[in-house]
Amino acid sequence: MNGVHDMGGMHGLGTLEIEPDEPWFHHEWERRAFSLTLAAGFLGEWNLDMSRYARERIPGADYLASTYYEKWLWGLERLLVEQGLVPQAELESRRRDPAAPVEHTGHPRKLAAANVVPLLMKGGAARVHQDVPARFAPGDRVMARNAHPIGHTRLPRYARGRAGAIDRDHGVFVFADAHAMGRGPQPQHLYSVRFAAQTLWGADADPRDAVYVDLWDDHLEPA
Amino acid sequence: MRGDHHDHDHGSHFSDTELRVKALESLLVDKGLVDPAALDALVDTYETKVGPRNGARVVAKAWTDPAYKEWLLRDATAAIASLGYTGRQGEDMVVLENTPQVHNMVVCTLCSCYPWPVLGLPPVWYKSAPYRSRAVIDPRGVLAELGVALGPDVEVRVWDSTAEVRYLVLPERPAGTEGWSEDALAAIVTRDAMIGVAQVPAPGEGSAR
Repeated sequence: MNGVHDMGGMHGLGTLEIEPDEPWFHHEWERRAFSLTLAAGFLGEWNLDMSRYARERIPGADYLASTYYEKWLWGLERLLVEQGLVPQAELESRRRDPAAPVEHTGHPRKLAAANVVPLLMKGGAARVHQDVPARFAPGDRVMARNAHPIGHTRLPRYARGRAGAIDRDHGVFVFADAHAMGRGPQPQHLYSVRFAAQTLWGADADPRDAVYVDLWDDHLEPA
Repeated sequence: MRGDHHDHDHGSHFSDTELRVKALESLLVDKGLVDPAALDALVDTYETKVGPRNGARVVAKAWTDPAYKEWLLRDATAAIASLGYTGRQGEDMVVLENTPQVHNMVVCTLCSCYPWPVLGLPPVWYKSAPYRSRAVIDPRGVLAELGVALGPDVEVRVWDSTAEVRYLVLPERPAGTEGWSEDALAAIVTRDAMIGVAQVPAPGEGSAR
């Protein structure tokens, strides 16, 4: 979707501000928003791409005005409702509905404290060990598709319709654009694609510079 | 600007955010979906166990051990895992070597992807709209603002983390550190140098950041 989250190359979004102390979290609620999001994610009711898509659906003006963990909270609430784990009414009343059916409690994949470190160390690989043919090889000239899907996409607007070259083939990965929309993993090759800065930004860009974007086979056409 | 007081990440936008989070936590605990002890363990992991010291160990080893550096540049995931740094948001790693000719820097324009096992959670500026919007279109401006002086013939490569590959920059080893131990080297490697928005200063030079 052409949302404000896709902000590469935009002007006027403010000056870079570096905090002097850079705490991991600024408030206790940020710790909780962070850990609730991860813990709820381990229930397996949605994937990471769906989480990103949930945050992208924050209305644009709110997205820009929200802090990082406010966005996480918004995304988590949305996913809990959409996946049927929390009725909208409970979210609004901020308490459990005593009349809600009892099967809506408990979860076989509830994260236990003892499993936190092992599961974090293991991670959740998006790489797929499957033999899928690659459409491109390093050095190939490619064109990023000029497409504007309403749903989730990891093809940033600034690269669409631009020509670049395959820098490296990362191997076969879950295709985030499909995975976020509940269309399955659709495993395919992921590449780092090199775009000359002048191709993206015009003659004023430095001729020496380049931007590398990770894109999947379905994002690319031969150039 | 740097050092100035600001409160951009202090949750002033939703005055009741704190109450909203508290209510959500009790709701999810009530419904048997989350265990408060697991929440504490998650926070503890990222506040005390995972952070840029991990990445600094990787860099220091690469600076002192040519075979390790070769492995790191060829198969970063395995080379980093050999030091015990694995898992969430670092499942597939690529290391980018900064040289006198090439300066690499990393951004995520679409959200805030960042290599957690080696750098921990990202700082506010990395997740902020100004960095995400500017890094790709004006990397030299961003670097200059952050105090990075590039040589005249340096090529700047910006890596937009749009997939699940996570990037770590291997900064240039500063002059004047010949013969230093891995521990001493690890102590001077900064998080920002591993994102590619700083250089590791030579001893006695001090860092802009």
